[in-house]
Amino acid sequence: MTDPLSVSVSEPRLTATDPDVLLRIAGIKKSYDATEVLTDINLDIKHGEFLTLLGPSGCGKTTLLRLIAGFEQPTAGAIYLDGEQMAGLPADKRPVNTVFQQYALFPHMTVAQNVAYGLKLKKVPKDEINTRVSQALQMVQLEHLANRKPQDLSGGQQQRVAIARAVINRPKLLLLDEPLSALDYKLRLQMQSELKRLQRELGITFIFVTHDQEEALSMSDRIAVMKDGRFQQIGTPIEIYETPANLFTAKFIGETNLFQAVVKAVNPEQADLNGKVTNGRIDVEVCETPDGEQWHRNLRRPAFDHKIQVGDTVNLLLRPEDLRIYDINDAAHQGLPGEVVESNYKGSTLDSIIQLHNGHRVKASEFFDEDDPSFDYKMGELVKVSWVDGWEWVLPEEDSNSLSGLDNLAATAPGSDGS
Amino acid sequence: MSAKSQAKSPFRTATLWLIWTWLIVFALLPNILVIATSFLSRDTVDFISLPVTIDSYRRMIDPLYFDVFVHSLWMAGITTVLCLLFGYPFAWLISKAKPRWQPLLMMLLILPFWTNSLVRTYALKLLFANNGLINKLLLTLGIVDKPLDILYTQGAVIAGLTYLLFPFMVLPLYAVFTDLREDMLLASKDLGASKLQTFWHVVLPLTTPGVISGVLLVLLPAMGMFYVADILGGARNLLVGNVIKNQFLDARDWPFGAAASVLLTLAMAVLLWAYYASSRRIGKTDFNEVA
Repeated sequence: MTDPLSVSVSEPRLTATDPDVLLRIAGIKKSYDATEVLTDINLDIKHGEFLTLLGPSGCGKTTLLRLIAGFEQPTAGAIYLDGEQMAGLPADKRPVNTVFQQYALFPHMTVAQNVAYGLKLKKVPKDEINTRVSQALQMVQLEHLANRKPQDLSGGQQQRVAIARAVINRPKLLLLDEPLSALDYKLRLQMQSELKRLQRELGITFIFVTHDQEEALSMSDRIAVMKDGRFQQIGTPIEIYETPANLFTAKFIGETNLFQAVVKAVNPEQADLNGKVTNGRIDVEVCETPDGEQWHRNLRRPAFDHKIQVGDTVNLLLRPEDLRIYDINDAAHQGLPGEVVESNYKGSTLDSIIQLHNGHRVKASEFFDEDDPSFDYKMGELVKVSWVDGWEWVLPEEDSNSLSGLDNLAATAPGSDGS
Repeated sequence: MSAKSQAKSPFRTATLWLIWTWLIVFALLPNILVIATSFLSRDTVDFISLPVTIDSYRRMIDPLYFDVFVHSLWMAGITTVLCLLFGYPFAWLISKAKPRWQPLLMMLLILPFWTNSLVRTYALKLLFANNGLINKLLLTLGIVDKPLDILYTQGAVIAGLTYLLFPFMVLPLYAVFTDLREDMLLASKDLGASKLQTFWHVVLPLTTPGVISGVLLVLLPAMGMFYVADILGGARNLLVGNVIKNQFLDARDWPFGAAASVLLTLAMAVLLWAYYASSRRIGKTDFNEVA
């Protein structure tokens, strides 16, 4: 896939050591035999940041974590922690600790012995070990289980022991490899907020690996979206969700409706009355309505790098909550006609799937209006679908490979993450 | 299925009866007979007779027999140590081999079982003899001037026992090594342990049940395989198994032979207990897995 945005995804290399930066990953490549699993990875992580590596399985996120931990060495590139080059420094010498997916607690040691392990190896005095172990266990609310064996604990408790065992060593960086994936849904939500609390209290920088986009959105300061060993986008959860850099990110994070449109006119940048230069606007034609009528919309000119020209095809991304549904006979509004094929009451929202006459399916999520008794749809009811001006996100056309499967996106269940 | 309907199933009932009958007839009764015999007196006509006595056990500390026991334990002990020294890294290497190679490697390990161990012991005799293959090779290469005395030495017995019992050490060790999760080793490293520290604090405790299980399967048979001592050891290298065999077949002293058997059984019980304790320690409850 030729990715027009790959350049903008790489963060600029700073030449001087930046005091804000805790971890710098510079031009990392990793290959196994002939297979390249990580390609040109660049990333700066700031002190105290909660960064999530998000991507489908096999995207290289766990490999990147293992490189940072020191379990493996990169094929090319360098990792700097606090300005110090990590190459050649084995895992046991790095001020980095890991929470493993299956926790990897030692079954022959008690909870307290597990937590004390790192300090014991560093020959910390016994009194200090005891104090710090009970502090660490207190922090994860497990003091009462100090003398149990890990296998006698529940999954959530084991998870907490694994965290205590890692943070007791006061690492500069804590790596978490899908630590919540073995827990059931309710416990996972609980552990999410607990992890956030711990991170705030300890002030340790977290790198969190997950394939769960909801988890990533709710916990992270920044998310790095990965696919095929490359970063697709790095940004805050809001940036990732609202302004995805490409179709993959748009598809992977949340639910997306995709409309294709042809550019009909490009209006130049102009200065408004106050002399502020606006980005200019474009006129597009969105598919076609069955009566042959062209539906034109005037959009903000997209921010992507290359020049947009008349005749180009662009993708308009709209989240389900951005769509508006009108009655087919509503003369006041324009929109793409279609029929309601599914309508689910979700409590706060009404989620509907609409089969458009142009063949696409879209999903709309409307806030429930208690004052409107007719706020419901009959199956097969004819409607018009439109959206609030300016809420669309415009992306350039990508080759057909990356588009496949996107049409069905709106019909996928909420919470599915495409992995 | 409820307990009631379980009890009613005729197949289940029959199976349970069969198992219990088997265990009672072929395991419990013989053991009771052996233990009972060991407390009786010797009789030239009926083999055993009253009165009840602990004479047989007292005779075991007689230097004549005691030395045999100690020597036997010594040879079996060396055998076990050798099996462990080679078997531990051997099992580890097999468990680290590519998954598709592992069945083949295990197959090669078990392949000698297809030949009777008595036959293989005679084959060893041909190798060890004064005009055997080893001596011929050494003479041809000019390493020695005259044949070495290999056969009928303690070394020959230990070599034979090690050769025959090696797979029994590797099998349980291989089982615990395949159970050993890689993330345990990574976690130890991650928390600051060197390779040696990880081995000492994590690998060794987690593989201990396999070690004990292997010791159980090597040490006790090593003390009992009388034909190895007979064929390779000559008159001075006796095993407990030889004593037991002699008492029953030659000396006709059944109570004493029985008492020596009880001694071996007790040793087994101690090792079984150690295995159970070490398995519990690493949180394993499925005790059939390695034993």
